[in-house]
Amino acid sequence: MLDELLGRYPYWATAVLMVIDLYGMLLKHSLIKKLVGLNVFQGAVILFFIAGSEKAGATVPILVDAGATDPALYVNPLPHVLMLTAIVVSAATNGLALALMIRIFEGHRTLDEREILERAPRT
Amino acid sequence: MTPHLPILIILPLLLGAFVVTLCGLWRPRTAFPLAILAVGASATASAAALAETARGGAIRYALGGWAPPVGIEYVVDGVSAFVASVVAAVALLVLAATRRMAAREVGDRPGLFYGAVLLMLTGLLGIVVTGDLFNVFVFLEISSLATYALIFMGGGRAMIAAFRYLIVGTLGGALYLLGVGYLYFSTGTLNMADTAARLPEILDSPAVLAGAALIFAGLGVKMALVPLHWWLPDAYNYAPGPVTALMAPIATKVAAYAMLRMFLTVFPAGYLAGATPVATVLLVVGLVGAVAGGAAAFAQTDLRRILAYSSIAQIGLIAAGIGLASPLAAAAALFHVMTHAVMKAALFLAAYSVRYRTAEVDIDRLAGIGRAMPWTMLAFTAAAVSMVGVPPTAGFFSKFYLVQAGMAQDMWGVALVVLLSGLLTAAYMVRILERVYLRKAPDDGAAADAADPPADMLWPALALASATLVLGLANVPIMTRLLIPAVSP
Repeated sequence: MLDELLGRYPYWATAVLMVIDLYGMLLKHSLIKKLVGLNVFQGAVILFFIAGSEKAGATVPILVDAGATDPALYVNPLPHVLMLTAIVVSAATNGLALALMIRIFEGHRTLDEREILERAPRT
Repeated sequence: MTPHLPILIILPLLLGAFVVTLCGLWRPRTAFPLAILAVGASATASAAALAETARGGAIRYALGGWAPPVGIEYVVDGVSAFVASVVAAVALLVLAATRRMAAREVGDRPGLFYGAVLLMLTGLLGIVVTGDLFNVFVFLEISSLATYALIFMGGGRAMIAAFRYLIVGTLGGALYLLGVGYLYFSTGTLNMADTAARLPEILDSPAVLAGAALIFAGLGVKMALVPLHWWLPDAYNYAPGPVTALMAPIATKVAAYAMLRMFLTVFPAGYLAGATPVATVLLVVGLVGAVAGGAAAFAQTDLRRILAYSSIAQIGLIAAGIGLASPLAAAAALFHVMTHAVMKAALFLAAYSVRYRTAEVDIDRLAGIGRAMPWTMLAFTAAAVSMVGVPPTAGFFSKFYLVQAGMAQDMWGVALVVLLSGLLTAAYMVRILERVYLRKAPDDGAAADAADPPADMLWPALALASATLVLGLANVPIMTRLLIPAVSP
């Protein structure tokens, strides 16, 4: 049981972070906290990919010695590259979300979802 | 020219997004014609690709000259060419009607509006033409980010609707990405065709099952499948009129296409429908959504909200078609993707025209508007009749093929639900039409000084409405020449 937990810890860590995210997203009323929850989830996915690229005894995939071309010496670089893209997407999402929040705050002077919904006109 | 068609579908939109934004800031009047030009170019490339795939099979394009599976590959086969053509053509027609709407709803900076619209279309068509699982995620997020910004332009409640959609939509994207991660660590590839070649050896792996479940959950959010649909009514309701008219017909359909792509290309035949319950879940959820969405639409009085819930119901029928997992059912689902895109575009354009002239959206206050705005309501009625499924409109044939596919597998429930959903559609559409045509207009009501909108807003709605009839009459060649060969293994 313990071996199972420790041996597959990236999976369990991802699952725990997912639950934390859903808690923040669904049960918190502050828009900022919802966004934080979302970031926790994106972080979990990114860490999952990075953990998957690991292998025992391997080093960073940068070719220093021209002879060392054995792929077993290096961790898989592809997930890192994919996650760079995912981080860019995440940064863009955060930028947009924060911009939306500034406009919402300017209009309502609050970021509490319940209060905003009470005040906003239904048109 | 032909080998470059896949990239030519995307390039005008992506480049256009930057050109339109910058030119729009410099000379606001240039934004609209440039946007039309970009979408027109993309629609032309899509139509050329459709003709080419019907004649000579799939077109494969290695992006940047990197051979797949190392590089990203764009694949346009019969299915993607069909969906790309539908999306681009409907977007072009709707866009043609938006000049006045955009001027009224998003103010004096049309460059930003049309730039975001082109980015959204870039993402949607990118999902359709790409043959790479990670690339789907990137395009999904491009289209979603543009959509959040477009919805937000509505102001007021639209801001909250956009923020909620952002949270749940990004969660859907992250779920999809996690699923792709499970598949990648199982197969070592991101190319769809390559994944399909490697999956059969490791089908027993729980990681593949988890990957499939996460991918479908993520796409289900983007597709607004019941019970992941709750972002949709507010988003469609409060978004600016032209934005709703643009995204309601096509955005959820592209997510449906991505699901179908998983069935057709990525996972081996029989895995999703036999070894795992993914197809069954999709079928059940789709049928429940078809009934629940129709019932919810009947309970609304806001015209936009009725149409939004009706979208959820129709998406359910498409999901059921995908879930039946037979070539005929897949072709029926694709036919309904086309039908529903055309009908919903006509309905939302007509609904927005009414709001443009009267500032009313509550159906109880629209009594007698049918006589005041005859051409607008003619377009609305024609699309509504097709939505109900009256022969020989396209709406009838998509339901007919769906029922036929269900019968072929002895699934009588499908026939029953399609019938029930048709009755519910008839109920809420008749409820609208009765007020619009039969009730007398009060002297101080919305219909008192209303008239049809200017011609440039009217003709796209009428063209889309008549397309429902033309596509219905042309259903046999569309099915037998394009769709059935495209989805058959």
